[in-house]
Amino acid sequence: MNAEPEPGDWRRLSTRMLLVHPVQELLRAWPVLVGLVVAGSAGGHGSWWSLAATAAVIIGGLLRWFTTSYRVTAEQVQVRKGLLRRQVLTVPRDRIRTVDVTAHALHRSLGLAKVEVGTGRTDRKNDGVKLDALHTAEAARLRDELLHHPAASATRPAARPRETLLARMRPEWVRYGPFTLTGFVTVGVVAGVVWRSLNEAHVDPRRIRALSALLDRFGRTSLAVDVLIVAVALLVVVAAASTLGYVLAFHGFRLTRGDAGTLHVTRGLITTRAITIEERRLRGVEFSEPLLLRAVGGARCIAITTGLRVGRGAERGGSLLLPPAPRAEALRVAGAVLRDDVPFSRTPTGHGPRATRRRFSRAVGVALLVVAVAAALWALGAVPAWTWQVALVLVPLAALVAADRARALGHTVVNGALVSRRGSLVRRRSVLSCEGIIGWNLRRSFFQRRSGLATLVATTAAGRQRVEVQDVPLPQALRIAEEALPGLLTPFLER
Amino acid sequence: MRLRPPRHLVSRKAIGYWTLRALGGWLPILAAQVIWTLGDDGHVPWHLAGLVLTGVLGAAHVIVMPQWRFRVHRWEVTPEAVYTQSGWFDQERRIAPISRIQTVDSERGPFEQLFGLANVTVTTASAAGPLKIRGLDRDAAERLVDHLTEGTSADRSDAT
Repeated sequence: MNAEPEPGDWRRLSTRMLLVHPVQELLRAWPVLVGLVVAGSAGGHGSWWSLAATAAVIIGGLLRWFTTSYRVTAEQVQVRKGLLRRQVLTVPRDRIRTVDVTAHALHRSLGLAKVEVGTGRTDRKNDGVKLDALHTAEAARLRDELLHHPAASATRPAARPRETLLARMRPEWVRYGPFTLTGFVTVGVVAGVVWRSLNEAHVDPRRIRALSALLDRFGRTSLAVDVLIVAVALLVVVAAASTLGYVLAFHGFRLTRGDAGTLHVTRGLITTRAITIEERRLRGVEFSEPLLLRAVGGARCIAITTGLRVGRGAERGGSLLLPPAPRAEALRVAGAVLRDDVPFSRTPTGHGPRATRRRFSRAVGVALLVVAVAAALWALGAVPAWTWQVALVLVPLAALVAADRARALGHTVVNGALVSRRGSLVRRRSVLSCEGIIGWNLRRSFFQRRSGLATLVATTAAGRQRVEVQDVPLPQALRIAEEALPGLLTPFLER
Repeated sequence: MRLRPPRHLVSRKAIGYWTLRALGGWLPILAAQVIWTLGDDGHVPWHLAGLVLTGVLGAAHVIVMPQWRFRVHRWEVTPEAVYTQSGWFDQERRIAPISRIQTVDSERGPFEQLFGLANVTVTTASAAGPLKIRGLDRDAAERLVDHLTEGTSADRSDAT
């Protein structure tokens, strides 16, 4: 590969991808290959078919290198790919919002990294440009080229811009790992795979000796003890899986700010990710505390930025600014990212007794409804009595959640930013710069109208696309809107 | 301080359209219930109770909703902003500055064509905030689209 390609030249992926592509394609195609062996073995030519298919897959993988090329011109990034269906993807450079550099284990062992160029239209699939993969140095240079010097030429000496460190992982943060609950997903997936392979292999779990001994033991103890044992075992496994997940995802986490107005996040143990967010795309920061994490004094930060959708898991979308960490550290980082910590230190204005009442009537009301339905079904003889008795437990639980949710409600407009806090299971304090607010949605349900409340939604092109100020008294909602975007509402206001 | 509703009502013809649509929702339910009642020999009181309940709820919805909706659905365009109000039981007001408008679409479903109605959708860069004006008179919708597209094409920033 040329060390210094001309700006407008078509460039190829790393030659080492000649090794990686076939392996990747084989991994992707293995169910088909296995299927061919099985299907063909009946006719006696299974191995030949399989061999031919394997060869085809490998050749296909090799061809991907020859058919894929890209170039960066002063105005746009283009990628040509495809053998039978030639495609040219073009992304105007002024639309590039993020550049994400990822390297999984195979990439890393060969010194490669995948580059993904995000344009903000992430709701449409296959819109971005993906380069899988380049030499690590080439990937880093491409990232700098695309983000730091939008208009400058590509040929630049490799002088890395200076960076200031905003946050870095500390080993003791691992203690927040068990409280992230990501392990639930992992355990669920593993359990599913084990169950399916047992089924596929026609193994009766009861015939495995260790397992049947265990089941015998269970048979002799009481149901309550069994439930307790299973619950504790599940908790331990989930906690361990969550911790492992935390280490895998966030090992070596660093958040830095570059001179040219960019934020860099690098993290990962086996698969490393380097995410770059342009500060001119940053519209705010969300400080979020899931219930469990809040209970142990932890919190995390998520960037509210155009071009990165939240929603499908912030870790995936790459907008995570700080993994679960001590609350004070999260507050400091949130303030440092926005260069203003007032929105995070100022206590938000509460929403008053009517909002509190609404939280209670909704939560407790739903719980009572569940009890009533269960009781009615019991009266009709459809369900046993314990259903409504258990449902009764929901009522105090709902009241607790309602109280916590009511306490969370709050808002303020400070230093040109809208601050909104809400939620109990995940408490979020969203700080959205007023420049990032596009318009307002003022939602009023029938019951909200009766109690003089409204939900004010600031719409934005960044992050979750909205910041909600929930159940705020109507006059206060109007004041927020007036203060955050002066003049927009004025023609429609009557005093 | 009070936020007044937008100035303009939508077309009165929308009431008919909404009534028709509500009927279209309730009739299949009622039909299914009747078929079930005829097919099932026992449980007559239960079936009758169900039919009466569906009938009452359906009639109330079909009669009340369109009138209520007509009173709520409103819109207004000023040189600076688009302002809409929609819903009936739950209501929502949306305000977006003209300068942040990205697209202006108008559309007509088959039944809306029958009533001479059209919808206008104004989108911004936020997925949370399209402003929909439903039940406009067709000519009014065309005029509105022309007016809005004239206003927005002058401004060429990407409005995020």
